[in-house]
Amino acid sequence: MGDFLRVDGLSAGYGEAVVLEGVSLSLGEGQTLALLGRNGTGKTTLINTLAGATRMHAGTIALAGQPLHTLPSYMRAAAGIGWVPQERNIFKSLTVEENLTAVARPGRWDVKRVYEMFPRLAERKGNLGTQLSGGEQQMLAVARALVVNPKLLLLDEPLEGLAPIIVSELLKTIERITREEGLAAIIVEQHPEAILRISHRAVVLDRGMVVHSSSADKLLDSPVLLSKLLGVAR
Amino acid sequence: MTGNGAQASLLRASRVKKWEPVFWLLAFAVPVVMPSEALIVNEIAIVALFAVSLDLVLGYSGIVSLGHAAFFGLGAYTAALFCKHVSPDPHMGLLVSMGAAAVLGFAASFTVLRGSDLTRLMVTLGLALILLELANKFDDITGGTDGIQGLVFSPVLGKFEFDLAGRVASYYSLAVLLALFIIARRIVHSPFGATLEAIRDNRLRAMAIGIPVHARLIAVYTIAAAMAGAAGALFTQTSGFSSLDVFEFHRSADLMLMLVVGGTGWLYGGVVGAIVFKLLQDFLSSQTPQYWSFWLGLFLVVLVLVGRDRLLKPWTWFKR
Amino acid sequence: MSGITKDIVLSAQGLVKRFGGIVATNNVTLDLRRGARHALIGPNGAGKTTLVNLLTGVLAPTSGRIVLEGEDITRLAPHKRVQRGMVRTFQISQLFASMTPLETLALVVSQHRGLGANLWQPLGARADVVQRCEELLRQFHLVEAMDVRTEHLAYGKRRLLEIAIALACEPRVLLLDEPVAGVPAGEREELLQTVAALPADVSVLLIEHDMDLVFSFADRMTVLVNGGVLVEGTPDEIARNDEVKAVYLGHDAGNEVAHG
Repeated sequence: MGDFLRVDGLSAGYGEAVVLEGVSLSLGEGQTLALLGRNGTGKTTLINTLAGATRMHAGTIALAGQPLHTLPSYMRAAAGIGWVPQERNIFKSLTVEENLTAVARPGRWDVKRVYEMFPRLAERKGNLGTQLSGGEQQMLAVARALVVNPKLLLLDEPLEGLAPIIVSELLKTIERITREEGLAAIIVEQHPEAILRISHRAVVLDRGMVVHSSSADKLLDSPVLLSKLLGVAR
Repeated sequence: MTGNGAQASLLRASRVKKWEPVFWLLAFAVPVVMPSEALIVNEIAIVALFAVSLDLVLGYSGIVSLGHAAFFGLGAYTAALFCKHVSPDPHMGLLVSMGAAAVLGFAASFTVLRGSDLTRLMVTLGLALILLELANKFDDITGGTDGIQGLVFSPVLGKFEFDLAGRVASYYSLAVLLALFIIARRIVHSPFGATLEAIRDNRLRAMAIGIPVHARLIAVYTIAAAMAGAAGALFTQTSGFSSLDVFEFHRSADLMLMLVVGGTGWLYGGVVGAIVFKLLQDFLSSQTPQYWSFWLGLFLVVLVLVGRDRLLKPWTWFKR
Repeated sequence: MSGITKDIVLSAQGLVKRFGGIVATNNVTLDLRRGARHALIGPNGAGKTTLVNLLTGVLAPTSGRIVLEGEDITRLAPHKRVQRGMVRTFQISQLFASMTPLETLALVVSQHRGLGANLWQPLGARADVVQRCEELLRQFHLVEAMDVRTEHLAYGKRRLLEIAIALACEPRVLLLDEPVAGVPAGEREELLQTVAALPADVSVLLIEHDMDLVFSFADRMTVLVNGGVLVEGTPDEIARNDEVKAVYLGHDAGNEVAHG
């Protein structure tokens, strides 16, 4: 397996505030990690720090052996990071097609393949970002991360607002591409079961620190432990 | 947390802070303690009132305007014409000027309700220019480029004659400034003021909670115009003349700069900005009569780059 | 179209909205009964938010009528519809960045109680207004964040404030556009229960993709596809409908509906 992604002693936050403290995790090639935790525990901050949008105070991040934390945000896409932020952040004044071609990088995922995955986007390829519905913007955000041909996908609540039929398609796709193309993925989601089912590893954050790290199956098999960690009555 | 916590938290904003009375006392003390500065205190008080009126519209309601001088100018000319043709009583003149400016503000408000910031800038600029040209054209009323000169006003409160040193003038202006400032302060901390901020922050949501956006904007624009008109009237009444200069673009532009210096959305920004701007202008032009605008410009650039809060702490300038 | 006369509080009749050549809303007729817990579902881009925009007056219909409590409001200004009791929430939180949750709610409650034009009293002066704000802050777990500027609030808290604002308007008709998007799992159930627990005469139209929640909340559902109504019925009828499964629900679950 090897450590495709290795995070050591990461501390990060906004300005003076420290949100994450001493976070360490590792992920192998072709593995998916479910990042779980109650709200406000730092899941989005961790994703944002990996993507380079949030300043790191201490620690290291290495992707495929190369240090990632030294790279500024705009160079991380080239380094292999595909990021779907919580607020989507698509380019509103560009069309769907332009959103995709603006960031596309060579690789197995080209614009055509993305349109096959999201036929709705193909129908709307000439529409401006502002003319898309919320769910369509979400789809576009995911599509845009794929078309960068990343080595590591960072998905912050990617299923939010998507129709159930799209959700199951997307989950299947994520599972397939991580398995077939050796893509690694970190997924933050509100409903842990759906993600745990397609994940290999699970990390639970609480107040900015890692409180649980195990295989995803282990958590799936013990709902009591899961609800204790997440405070969710399911 | 609950109980008194929430109410106290809300009322904190409207409570008079300890430094406020001190500030005003100092302001009123200057013409007594430094009589030679009375004239500039008068100038500062007038332009501070002008700036506060723009802050109501710009800082609190989010309406950009490059033509606020339209109301200042109308107030100035109304005061001049009132004195010349009706009565030299400054108090009546002040009220009438405010009324005239309010009427213009009401009419003009319909032009800034819709459109983007850019269209508003153009429309407001246009209005001030139109008034400038009208004043120029009807020179038999306005005196054209010469303006209306040699106005003599009756004593303030029937007792205090306007003196050459400007002492009475400065107190008159300070008093009007304080009175209108107190009114503005109450307005911005009221539910009405909160609805203005809501309109500024998110007009769509403001509508979606039942706020009649247009009605509120028309109201605040009218009030702000009245205040700007008061500033214009004070200008005429304390200087004894009124000329086309009152409609000039530089007045509207300088006003924006003052709000940049002092900060929008906290009322004192207009006052502080007026003080800093005027004193700086005065100081620089006495030091370098030819290049003072260069230094003023440099100051503004540094201010914007470094940020108002950090400007006062030089050790933070180069920290990232 | 039901033959039985139920108490219809909001009625959209033959609504059409065209943007140039695109038909975003295609002859939609929808009746909301008093006290309804009515869900509006459909694929992304089907026109659900557009329909809400038409109902609230943000968009003007190309043709069709909207009737609220027997009054034709098709041409009525948006803020007046709110004053008549029709309140909505937004899919992407529309908040007031510079205000705190407490200030925001104080503003909304004041406006709703007719104090919005009051120029003189401080915002926090009325005890009854403050009390209502405290209630809402507690209900939506915003007490600790009550003095934090909205722009600094965490995403989940923003969503909660989004809904709190709507409830502060004491709605008679509540249109919720994906209210739980971004709300943590543990609080979703609670949030919708808060909405379901509204007085029986408050009518709710809910747009959501979380099917577990939709099916436990709704007593009636309308499925919108490509701008038009595909089918309307009880949750059971909808869950079993093959067309709905094909375009929206997916075939994953079978008896149990796939979660959103």
